[in-house]
Amino acid sequence: MHALEVQDLAVRLGGTDVLGGVTFSLPRASCLAVIGPNGAGKTVLLRALIGALPHTGKITWARDAVLGYVPQKIDIERDLPLNGRDFLRAKAALTGGSRTMQAEALRSVGLADKVLSAPIGNMSGGQFQRLLIAFALLGRPNVLLLDEPAAGIDAPGQAQLNEVIHDLQHTRAMTVLLVSHDLSVVYRHADYVLCLGRQGACFGRPRAVLTPEMLYEVYGQPLGFHVHDHS
Amino acid sequence: MSTTIHELAPAVGSLALSVLMAVAAGLIGSFAVMRRMVLAADPMSHIALPGIGIALMLRVNPLWGALALLLLGALLIWAVERRIRIATEAVIGVTFAVALAVGSIITTGEELIDALLGAPGLLTLHEAAFGMVGSLIVIVFVLHERNALVVRLVSPEIAMTSSVDVARLDLCFLLAFALTIGLGLRFLGVLLMGSLIIIPAAIARRFARSLGTMLTISVITAVAATAVGSYVALLVDRPSGPFIVMVAGGLFFLSLLRRRER
Repeated sequence: MHALEVQDLAVRLGGTDVLGGVTFSLPRASCLAVIGPNGAGKTVLLRALIGALPHTGKITWARDAVLGYVPQKIDIERDLPLNGRDFLRAKAALTGGSRTMQAEALRSVGLADKVLSAPIGNMSGGQFQRLLIAFALLGRPNVLLLDEPAAGIDAPGQAQLNEVIHDLQHTRAMTVLLVSHDLSVVYRHADYVLCLGRQGACFGRPRAVLTPEMLYEVYGQPLGFHVHDHS
Repeated sequence: MSTTIHELAPAVGSLALSVLMAVAAGLIGSFAVMRRMVLAADPMSHIALPGIGIALMLRVNPLWGALALLLLGALLIWAVERRIRIATEAVIGVTFAVALAVGSIITTGEELIDALLGAPGLLTLHEAAFGMVGSLIVIVFVLHERNALVVRLVSPEIAMTSSVDVARLDLCFLLAFALTIGLGLRFLGVLLMGSLIIIPAAIARRFARSLGTMLTISVITAVAATAVGSYVALLVDRPSGPFIVMVAGGLFFLSLLRRRER
């Protein structure tokens, strides 16, 4: 049984084709990494998948799919009078989450409770990103869509975050769709890779897709990425 | 001859009505200010003008004409914004300009001044009942939907994956916003009602660091400005609208004296 099936998905924005011919299906509890150069339509794909953009083609989520979405970047005004607690409480109220679930979500992303008293516009990039992931986890999702979740987070934080996501996928049997520029993370954690590039989309297992030739085709230039195969 | 609320329960009824209206304005204003709709409030209130003109021509209470046009305007703004996906402020701006042009043609002389600055005089029972019910609708809407409004404010996409029907919420918000303007037209007039929605919330935003504080300061300021403004107007026997807005504006400038901590 698949968590998601996508058939010939295309998105046209402002008269320009930003995405076309995307077809793939994703088994439950697997991790899909979406890669590609800037402007390839990775964010557009995620937004189309959550139903936020008009599209053609077919998107079929599993009947019981509950989505949690972590967007790439949100510009929050510094003086917006909303703190982290307001934000999490709102989600908990909308999705019937309890106080225990809030504490659990915060623990999962390694965010201290006292940070929640700060207005969200005053949080550091990393703190806000963790808050967004905690927010996404609150609705007890079984699918997580993350758009460059590690962007703006320091190196140890990034490593921790990648572990968190990997852990969630395994312990809660979550299906994860992850946009990432870090190919070593993709190779280590992803079960499938979808590349959106100049030549259209390709889909497959990391070992099959992350080859120098394929990456050259996607990015249009040679990438210094080497697979360290210890098996 | 219509019965006036003042014959029934003079001071109490009038005070309760003003307080309810101010609470509604303070609440809806908080979210309008956070959604960067500050500049939209004034133009939006002007949409009422052609409605007032048409109602006067048809010899109907101007309030109903104003309300009809406000709700229609909100619906139009919502539909255009969804279809073309341009900023709410741009759509409201254009709609306002057209409404003002049409309104100034069909409304004339003293009626226009009353519509712009608020007509003095006593409220009819119908007007008072509308004020009460309308205020309660806005108050209940904001308090009930505050969580959805908060998430929508941060990101519409996140809201969509948090069981929020964003299109419906946006429409309801615009309708509640239009209704709030309609509530105050009789007292404050087309020109001034927008200010009672925006000024208290703008003051609150300077001090608040959480949603609860934002809503509380905004509501208290709106109620205080309405109470003090009405009282001063009573003392000098003039329409209350300009005094209410002057008190609110005075409080805003006072709030500027306090330097923000951040």
